[in-house]
This record gives sequence, C-alpha cells and structure tokens, in this order.
Amino acid sequence: MNINILEWLEAAAERSPSQTAFADLDKQIDYCSLLQQAKRIGCKIIARSGQRGEVWHNRPIAVLIDRNIESLILFMGIVYSGNFYVPLDDTMPRKRIDLILDTLEPVLILNSKSETSLSSENIDLISYAELVGTEEMREEEEALREVRKRHLDTDPLYTIFTSGSTGVPKGVVVNHRSVIDLVMQFADTFAFPSAPVFGNQAPLDFDVSTKDIYCSLYLGGTVQVVPKQYFVLPVKLIPYLNERGVNVIIWAVSALRIVSNFKVFENFMPESLSLIMFSGEVMPVKDLNYWRRALPDAQFVNLYGPTEITCNCGYYIIDREFEETEALPVGQAFHNTEMFLIDTQTGGLITRKGQKGEIYVRGTCLAMGYYNNPEKTRAAFVQNPLQSVYPELVYRTGDLGFYGERDELYFAGRKDYQIKHMGHRIELGEIETAVNALDFIDVGCCIYDEGKEKIILCYQAKEACDRRIVKALGDFLPKFMWPNQYIFFEKIPMNKNGKIDRALLKKEYCG
Amino acid sequence: MEELQKILEEIRQDIDFASEERLIDDGVLDSIDIIAIVTAVNDAFDVDINVQYLLPENFNSMEAIYRLICKLQDE
Repeated sequence: MNINILEWLEAAAERSPSQTAFADLDKQIDYCSLLQQAKRIGCKIIARSGQRGEVWHNRPIAVLIDRNIESLILFMGIVYSGNFYVPLDDTMPRKRIDLILDTLEPVLILNSKSETSLSSENIDLISYAELVGTEEMREEEEALREVRKRHLDTDPLYTIFTSGSTGVPKGVVVNHRSVIDLVMQFADTFAFPSAPVFGNQAPLDFDVSTKDIYCSLYLGGTVQVVPKQYFVLPVKLIPYLNERGVNVIIWAVSALRIVSNFKVFENFMPESLSLIMFSGEVMPVKDLNYWRRALPDAQFVNLYGPTEITCNCGYYIIDREFEETEALPVGQAFHNTEMFLIDTQTGGLITRKGQKGEIYVRGTCLAMGYYNNPEKTRAAFVQNPLQSVYPELVYRTGDLGFYGERDELYFAGRKDYQIKHMGHRIELGEIETAVNALDFIDVGCCIYDEGKEKIILCYQAKEACDRRIVKALGDFLPKFMWPNQYIFFEKIPMNKNGKIDRALLKKEYCG
Repeated sequence: MEELQKILEEIRQDIDFASEERLIDDGVLDSIDIIAIVTAVNDAFDVDINVQYLLPENFNSMEAIYRLICKLQDE
C-alpha cells in the first residue's frame, strides 16, 4: 500500500530513469535527476531547520511559483524534508499575500524564480538557484530515512489557498492519503494512454494541477508545463501541444473555451490528444461539441468537485450527444467516494429525482480542513447529518444539485455568494470586503451575471468614481476578482430588513 | 481609433491604452481581456479576427489593434 507520493517518484526513477518527468518552455528534467535534486533539496531544508535549532515536521513551506519545472522540483524536495508545500503566486497584490502569510506563518519560503517583489525582511527566503547551486550538496540518506520513518499517509502534502467570504483567503490542507486515493481512482476510471504526456494548463497554485503532477508520477508519464501566454493568444497553443506530444489535458473549462471561442481548430489541429478532462465550472455544450467534432475518438470527461475534497468527487464520461440547450451532468461519484443531497430546509436526505438539495461529500477524499482556521473548518467539515453514533466528518460543498432522469447528478447553483468566474472560484464577500475598506465608498455590493459572465459592483458614494475604485482594488485583489461593471448609486436600495437588496439589484442589472 | 479606445477602456478601466505599448509582452492583458476585446472589435467594426492574427505584435498597443482592424477591413 502506498503511503507517500514519493514512492511513485522513486518507482518511476527506477523503471525509467532517463525519461522526462517535467518540462517547460526551455528546460526539462528526467526522473533520475528529479529524484536526486528533490532529495538534495529535502536535505538542505532539514539542515536549515537544524541551523535554527528546530526540527520541522509537517510544517508549511511556501513556494513562489511560476510556470516552470523548478516549482515542481521544489514541491518534491519539500515532501522529502517531511513538510508540506504551499504554492503562492507573488504577482498577487501584496496585501493579499500578507493575509495568506499571516495565516500560514511558513517556516521557509522558496522561490522558483530568480527574482521576487516580496522583500525578505522577517522572511527566510531562499531561491532555487541558492538551494541547488554553489556548495557541494550531498544527499544524506540517513536524514531522509529518519524523516520517512515518521511519515503517515495522513500527513499533509500541500495547502492551497482559495477565496474566503470574509476577505481572508482559506488554506485547504490536503494529505497524501487523499491524493493517493484520487490518483488511483483516476487511473482506474479513465482511458490514459500507455505513455501519458500531460499538457499542464492550470496554475500550480490551483489544485487542478495536482492531477497533472500526481497522475503523471504514478503512471510514469511526463508533465509539459504550457506557457501562460499561449492561453492569452492561442496561436501557438496547439502547435506546442503537438510538438511536445501532449496526449492528455486536464484543463479548466475556461481554457478549453479559449480554443473554441477563437475557432483555433480552423487553423491548427491537435495530433496526439486522446484524453480531455475539464472542470472548474459548467462546460457549455456548444464549446464541448466544437471540441468533440474536432476529436471524435478522444475520451471527454466532465469533472466535478471543490478543492476541499481533493480536486474531484464526481465525473461524467461524455457518452452521448448533447443539444446546445442541454446541461452536462456532474455524473456519478468516484469509487470510494460518496456524494449525497441534503434538503436545506428539513436536513433530510434527498433521493427523489428533480428535488434540489445541498451536495455533501464523504470519503478519504476529504481535506483535513482550513489551515489555522478552526472556525471556517467547523462550518464546512461537519458530522455526517445522517448518523450520530460515531464521529464521521463530511464536507458541505455549498453547491446545490439534483438527480436527473437517468439518476445522474446535476449542478444547480450555489447556496451562498460563491461564484465561478473564468475558471476562478471567488467569494463575492471577498470583493465586497475590499471595496468597503475604501474610504471614498459608503458601501458596495457585488452581484454576478451568469449569462454575461460579469461581476457587477453596485456602490454608494458621494460621486461616481469607477476608475478610482478599479485602481484602488488593484492593491487588494488579483485581477480575476475585479468587477467587470460598475453601477453608481447615490442611495443603494435596501430591503425591509435594512440590508442591501441583492435580489432587486440582481433583477435590475443581470440577464 | 476613438471608438476603439472607448471599447478598450470599457473592458479595462484601469489601463491607459493611449500610452501602453507592451500589453501582451508585460502580461497586462490576459486571456479574458483578449476574448472580450476580440468579440467587441468583431462586432463594432464588422471584422473577423481569425486565430492566425492572435499574435503579440497585433495586440501590444491600441495602435497595433487599430492597424489590424484597418488591414482586415481592407481585405
């Protein structure tokens, strides 16, 4: 039984040492070198903790990521040190990074690049070059063996931060066991080619990339990190996939839609793709059909699930034709995972077709909770409402769902103010918190227009000041959270409870 | 050009399009912006920006986008 993801790396390094494990635009590393490099980095981290008179075990180590193989090598090195990695994007506004660092208090920050805008005062920050460069680095097998002896499969592997409704991002802690379970189910369920080459699109601080990394390690494949710019102007995207022999893509729906929106296949056809999976939001059938027409023999899979249950808990292998007006089902739960519906009024289990309820998830896939945030953890990871005779946590997704005619589960919106916008999971509350912190704004309220895919900010202030808001928000929020439309009010409409009348705003300005 | 500037500013209110010359190279615009810009430009100027024109040199500045539109209108 596997208890550590490193076992896969070690097996692959033994089986096919010279095969490429990770590659990006201009670099690559084979399994043998990856193993060696990761062990060295692990030793260096262990030595660092010794220098500080500490023993780090299951402690967070942040990685300033980029779309490069160094980030991935650092992840593996951190796992060798007996700690867990936390990918961070240092192009985010400083204020948001600080909120994350305040919650996380990492023992170390490793930089996959040569530069960063983060100052290193009060932060122990080491660059990749410093870690692997200059001095002679010895692998100290003994130190690594000691770490390994203590390891449990319930120890954390990574923490990924996601938007929080009160303005503070939440760090989802995921352990080895959950990732091992996920990968085993993927390998059993989907038609992976015998020599899989994964075209990684997802930023490494998104858990979608977890699937690329660990399915590849397990199957002994290759991860090709696709440059971000190819998703901005997709003219080079398909030629790049072809050139690198990419045959599996696990992408955000928004990334697949870039290809269909620009009708990229009119000019470039993928030559090796045989497995296409997508997640993050509901895939419009129009876009799916565009892809299926181009690649009729490929397997297409709709994946569903939040970060808190380790990437995905539900899947649907596209096995029939869909009309553009039809919705794609979430489908069924993975083996060793259960999804069930709870009536939001009565708290009872829903089994009847067509009746809406909140989607709950049960199983090894559950994350361990939110890092350093017991309150939010207790609210979402709760005792199974269907039994009270032994302790058993289940995860409340906040997603609504219902069973369709064929007993497949369908997604039916949210219970709260979380949205999916262009592949990003966003709490409207986080945007509102930032807006309300601006001294020239009386109050702001965000609504989401699903049809037009626009975040609309309704605000009350002395005068209209759209531009001033945009500029100010840049200090707090990453670009994908900025409102797309601004509506000024001298007096924002209130309901009879004295709260902002969201329902009215939504009716007036959406759709 | 004025009409184009209005379109661009509606999509990204925080950018001073008159002065930016490295919209793509510096990562100022992302894929969401490009989709919005291409869709809006196609509608407003009755052109069809095909994928082969999605190159950094055609989108690095407002001027470059304008030149692309003129070229497509002439075809």
